[in-house]
Order: sequence, then C-alpha cells, then structure tokens
Amino acid sequence: MNWVDSALNGHATALSLRSQRSEIIAGNITNADTPNFKSRDIDFRSEFENRLSGMQQLDTTTKSQFRSSEGASSSNLMYRVPYVMAEDGNTVEAETEQAAYTKNAIQYQVSIQFLSSKISGLKLALKGE
Amino acid sequence: MSLMNVFDVTKTGLVAQTSRLNLIAENIANADVESSTPEGAYRAQYPMFRAFFNEEQISAQGQGVRYEGPVDDTRAPRALFDPGNPKANAEGYVFMSNVNTVEEMSNMMSASRSYQTNVEVMNTAKQLLMRTLTLGQV
Repeated sequence: MNWVDSALNGHATALSLRSQRSEIIAGNITNADTPNFKSRDIDFRSEFENRLSGMQQLDTTTKSQFRSSEGASSSNLMYRVPYVMAEDGNTVEAETEQAAYTKNAIQYQVSIQFLSSKISGLKLALKGE
Repeated sequence: MSLMNVFDVTKTGLVAQTSRLNLIAENIANADVESSTPEGAYRAQYPMFRAFFNEEQISAQGQGVRYEGPVDDTRAPRALFDPGNPKANAEGYVFMSNVNTVEEMSNMMSASRSYQTNVEVMNTAKQLLMRTLTLGQV
C-alpha cells in the first residue's frame, strides 16, 4: 500500500462498494412490479472486509488487475427476506428498498465527506503553509 | 462506475411503467365499447414484466425490467340486455368489454407511484455523482 492509499484509509473502497450497492437496490426498486422477482442485496460489512484484506494481500502488479476486474467479480449477492410474501412471488418491498437506498446514499455522502477532509488535509500538508 | 448503471437500470423501469400506463389508458378508453358477439367485445390488456440484465451495463449487478408485451384479460365479457341498441343480437343482448374501471384506476395509481420512485432513485444517483465530481475541490 502506498502512502496515498493508506491516507485515504479504505474510504475509496467503501465508495466503490456503496455505488455498487446502489445499483443493486435500484434494480430491486425497478422490479417492484415484476412477478417472481427476488430482491437482492449484499452484506456491506463482509464485502468491505473481503476487499480490504484482498487489497492488502496482493502486491502492486496484481493489485491493478484486481482493481480493473473489481466490478466484474460479482460480489456475494444475497436474497432479502421479505416481511410479507406477495401473491405473485415478488419479494420487493418498496419501503424497505427505498429506506435501504436512501441510507446507502447518505453513507456514500459520508464517505465523500471523509475523503474531502482527507484530501484537504493532504493538500495543507503538501503546501506547508 | 456503478452509479452510472443506476441510470441504465431505472431507465428500464421508467419505460416499463410508461407502457403500463399506455395500456391502462387504452383499457379505460375502451371500457364502454359494445359488440354484438362475445368474441368481438374488447378485452382488457395487462402488461407482462420480466427482470433482465441490461447489455449497456458493464458490470451488471442491478437488474432492469423489460416489458414483454400485453396479455389479454380472460374474464368473459359482460352481456347486457338492451334490445333498443343497434348492435344488439337476435336475443337483444350487447356484449360490453371486460374492463373493470376501478381496477384500472388503482393500477394507474400503482404505475405512477412506481414511475415516481424510479425518478427519485435517478435524482439521488445524480446528486451523489455531482458530489463525487466536486471531490477534492475546496
């Protein structure tokens, strides 16, 4: 890990994972009226830890490959258990999905906020004013 | 960038809900169509949705929805005794469409709500992307 990576402290990984999760949840919301559609999601914590540990193990050459295939390597998609089963076999609950999507969006902004502070801190250190 | 894919996913939702609204409009418009034979009566149409992965997405994780065309409502058309009607058959019956207007109205509300939710999702994704663009700018 180079110093920039360690300075950014996993927030970049969190950001990419959050955006991936937002895509999955958007797919769920879009399919709210599709018969037999099963709502899916990822476990953020375990997925995040997997990625962080994977990044630490790999050396710099393979790390770039890992990064490029990051999106393609399908994460552990799991099925969401609905509170009430719908007649048509659809397990999307609009309220649950909307809550999850909004929460995910806020946490994305949190990561952005942290990253912004980190970057302005680094800038300050580089300028040495 | 997965956030860009959110647009591809929700776009399919908007298209599907629009086709659903079109069918509902068609059903309501034809609710009072009369016919002299049961076969000729207008039948309500419902959309068929299926989840699919969009080819435009690079790392497909969120599934879009595809409108697979309409299916006919199989309920029998309502026979109405109206001998004065020019379309009445020999027994004096006309056959009305099997559209249930109340059902269509609730369907319409559901479709417009789904459309709104998709737009909302798109807006949030847009905000997040805009914030990402300004990352590191003081």
